[in-house]
Amino acid sequence: MRIGKIAPALVLALAAAATTACGGDTSSSAPKELVYWASNQGTSLDNDKAVLRPELDKFEKASGIKVKLEVVPWTDLLNRILAATTSGKGPDVLNIGNTWSASLQATGAFLPFDDAALEKVGGKSRFVGPSLAATGASGQPPVGVPLYGQAYGLYYNKKLFAEAGITKPPATWEELVEDGKKLTKPDKGQWGLSLQAGQVTENSHHAAILGAQQGARFFSPEGKPQLASDPSVAAVRQFVDLMQKDKIVNPSNAEYADTAKSLKDLSDGKAAMFMNQASAGSFKNIGMDMADLGVAPIPLPATPPSAGRKVTSFVAGINVSVFKNTKNPGAALDFVKFMVSAPEQALLNKTYGSLPTVQDAYSDAAFQTEDVKVFQSVLANSAEPMPQVPQESQFETLIGTAMKAMFADVAAGKPVDGAKIRDQLNQADQQIAAGG
Amino acid sequence: MPTTLDDAPAVKAAGAHRPRQTRRRVALPYLLLLPAILLELLVHLIPMLAGLAMSFFKLTQFYIRDFTSAPSAGIDNYKFVLDFDSAAGEALLDSFWISALYTVLSVGFCWLFGTSAAVLMQKNFRGRGVLRTLFLVPYALPMYAAVITWSFMFQRDTGLVNSLLGTDSFWLIGDNSFWSLVIVSVWRNWPFAFLIVMAGLQNIPGELYEAAAIDGASWWRQFQAITQPMLRPVNQVLLLVLFLWTFNDFNTPYVLFGASAPKEASLISIHIYQSSFVTWNFGLGSAMSVLLLVFLLIVSTVYWGLTSRRRNAGV
Amino acid sequence: MSEPRWLPWVRRFVLGFLALFTLVPLYAMVSSSLKPLGDVQGKWEWFPTTLTIQPFFDIWDTIPLAEYFMNSLVISGSAAVLSVLIAIFAAYALSRCRFRGKNFFKMTVLSTQMFPGILFLLPLFLIFVNIGNTTGIVLYGSRLGLIITYLTFSLPFAIWMLAGYIDSIPKELDEAAMVDGTGPIGALIRVVIPAAMPGIVAVGIYSFMTAWGEVLFASVMTDSGTRTLAVGLQEYSTQVQVYWNQVMAASLIVSVPVVAGFLLLQRYLVAGLTAGAVK
Repeated sequence: MRIGKIAPALVLALAAAATTACGGDTSSSAPKELVYWASNQGTSLDNDKAVLRPELDKFEKASGIKVKLEVVPWTDLLNRILAATTSGKGPDVLNIGNTWSASLQATGAFLPFDDAALEKVGGKSRFVGPSLAATGASGQPPVGVPLYGQAYGLYYNKKLFAEAGITKPPATWEELVEDGKKLTKPDKGQWGLSLQAGQVTENSHHAAILGAQQGARFFSPEGKPQLASDPSVAAVRQFVDLMQKDKIVNPSNAEYADTAKSLKDLSDGKAAMFMNQASAGSFKNIGMDMADLGVAPIPLPATPPSAGRKVTSFVAGINVSVFKNTKNPGAALDFVKFMVSAPEQALLNKTYGSLPTVQDAYSDAAFQTEDVKVFQSVLANSAEPMPQVPQESQFETLIGTAMKAMFADVAAGKPVDGAKIRDQLNQADQQIAAGG
Repeated sequence: MPTTLDDAPAVKAAGAHRPRQTRRRVALPYLLLLPAILLELLVHLIPMLAGLAMSFFKLTQFYIRDFTSAPSAGIDNYKFVLDFDSAAGEALLDSFWISALYTVLSVGFCWLFGTSAAVLMQKNFRGRGVLRTLFLVPYALPMYAAVITWSFMFQRDTGLVNSLLGTDSFWLIGDNSFWSLVIVSVWRNWPFAFLIVMAGLQNIPGELYEAAAIDGASWWRQFQAITQPMLRPVNQVLLLVLFLWTFNDFNTPYVLFGASAPKEASLISIHIYQSSFVTWNFGLGSAMSVLLLVFLLIVSTVYWGLTSRRRNAGV
Repeated sequence: MSEPRWLPWVRRFVLGFLALFTLVPLYAMVSSSLKPLGDVQGKWEWFPTTLTIQPFFDIWDTIPLAEYFMNSLVISGSAAVLSVLIAIFAAYALSRCRFRGKNFFKMTVLSTQMFPGILFLLPLFLIFVNIGNTTGIVLYGSRLGLIITYLTFSLPFAIWMLAGYIDSIPKELDEAAMVDGTGPIGALIRVVIPAAMPGIVAVGIYSFMTAWGEVLFASVMTDSGTRTLAVGLQEYSTQVQVYWNQVMAASLIVSVPVVAGFLLLQRYLVAGLTAGAVK
């Protein structure tokens, strides 16, 4: 055999081998087809597909637009959005965590929902105000509309409360600590409160809520980070002290990195209270009887600082956005309009245990229960968006990681005092300032 | 390895008096290397150069949509991460030391376990085959499966490790998390050292031991005089490979702790991942990666130079 | 070889320790995969109180495991075969030919082992996207892209190892073949490849495993249609529920074929390494 013939043949053979080995070709989308990335809202990715598929079929029937669904796990979603942003190759419509709004807005990769676009999906006034506020930095057109609303509340185990002779949920932070102490019986393996202290974003959310109560502003109006202020140190300390000083949290919670363990603690009677977003669906999933659970707003301090704000939750939730590179902005907006229509909002939020983001969906009987009314009122009256700045994800990562480390220290018996907290927050300030 | 390369003109011998083939002869090696060269260029070299270029730009979320619009940062990214008085510089330096210690411990134990097992299994005994097979299982196990099992075992309240030790320590957060990382890394990688040393031992001619035995050399003496020196070239390569893999290790901490590793176990790869992928500041992340690369290059070159010289002097 | 009296004891102790160290996690994996969800969430029990094989049925429904398995198999298999093929040609050139730039090539290839994956993940991704935009060859989100990436990951080690192995094959063999009238490529195919088989198998195993376990690149470069096992297995733990028993059962299922293949071929691996990389 001759080399002259061999070399091209070799290359050809390789190319052939490679192409036959490749099956997962993503075909270019037909004119009336949308690609939709949904976030994981249900108990598993398959559960999400089962919930969404019939609705997407409904939409196709009504509009003739086919929707290709991909449910993206939370661990991948931000990276996938990043990939889509840098390459310009992405879905037409996608879900984003609403705290990412301002960061993603800064990339310019998303269709701005100006008044005209908002009009197309039903008009600004339909939406729940705070949820709509969490769709981007103020003064700029939002980069999406709210899809699933969420708010924090304090879940408590009614049985354990009754056993301890407590008749109503705590109305102030001081009462929460006091009740927590009554409910903490380490020898019985029972604790007043369960925390996801090893979870970075959860920690950052609580820092934001307690920070607002103390009057902290994490960013100056010019967007400069100022985490290391007196009120935010006080807020972080207040939260860490639940385990350190008040001792109403099992030290093992320092390792809790997912909701699953806290939910289970509550349902097993190992913890009496848990601050979380509305999670009726998850409780049911693990077999908790909802009649045994009560829910109340996260309490405020009895004597709030003068600069403190009446905030018991941040505006949590999921937004739906349109990718700017979509070939079908019209169809994409039609789809968004469908997803935020009253019947879909009622049905989807009912299934996922979240809150509708449009006013007209609340008439559904499912949202008339005591529990839902608590969350609804929190979202409408005492919720504040996370800082709407491009460095929001850095903020969450840095402060959340620092708090995780503080809990680890507390659990290991190392004291965490104000000076240490301030030092950590100072470092976070420096790192955000440099990155922005 | 390089000493075995003999440049004897084997090909020339076969075709010396056929001049019309000379051009092909010259082109042949390059043609044979072509696919490898193209792939290395595509996947390793060009992206690496692009990464190098990225480190000189301010590539934050404002510019990732269109990289060409990113403003030049000059050497600001480098200045920033190398300012060890600042929080970011300090954090980078910390994670560098953690990685260094992690690498020394992990490579050390892998080598120790691998060599001990291989040497002790040189002689045949009942069950040797079974044991050898067992030892190789962790290496064959898919990375994710192995590490997730360990993270299951390391849980404080429900984990096997605390049950075994009768303690209630934290293993996935706090000081111990570093040791957890080392243990998992050793568990996964020592079989590789075992495999390589075992192969190295099979290369030692049996006559050497026979001759030594006739001379009345003790086992220990044989180990010192034959096994150790004969394994030196194997160890030279093995330690370098393990060093590079371990220092760049991303998968183990990422699966064990998730994207936010505790600060005691925040390896440099995780630190860079957080700086670039979590906060979308790719200029900064690239600058850190380039520094890491330079460090690895220097260490490898010095190591190779030193060990090769000693090796040549020793022979 | 006469052994000192203490050696058998040291051997028993050291090998016993290593065997336990190896076995305990394997036992944890197997026994947890046979427990009901409630039990794996509770305190660790050395001996399962309730045995169930239900997790082995549930794993297929919780996530599309079979699909991920196929993706991993196709990607890792193709990467291994192509890597071996390309490495053989390169190694043959390095071992048998004399040419300019040989040492430069060897050193460059080796130095790629030092590149932190993080450094070239994003650039590589962008290159793939741009190739897709200009030529229509879809590399991002396709299996082909991952195959190319993974085969290149294992290529440097494969080339070095095979070059070492081919060095150990006497040159006289292929020279004799060439005197008989075959060209260098003929000699490679007829003489060198058969003689280098153990090395080739060893390199194949190495390449396959490199691809099978990779997480970082797979998480950015795949979508739901091309997701590999290493990434897909993470889906057993969602925010609200961690199916530990299913995680363990699935880990077991995805490990068995790889481990079995690896152990069946381990003789080749040792033989290949003996003559190749470790010389």
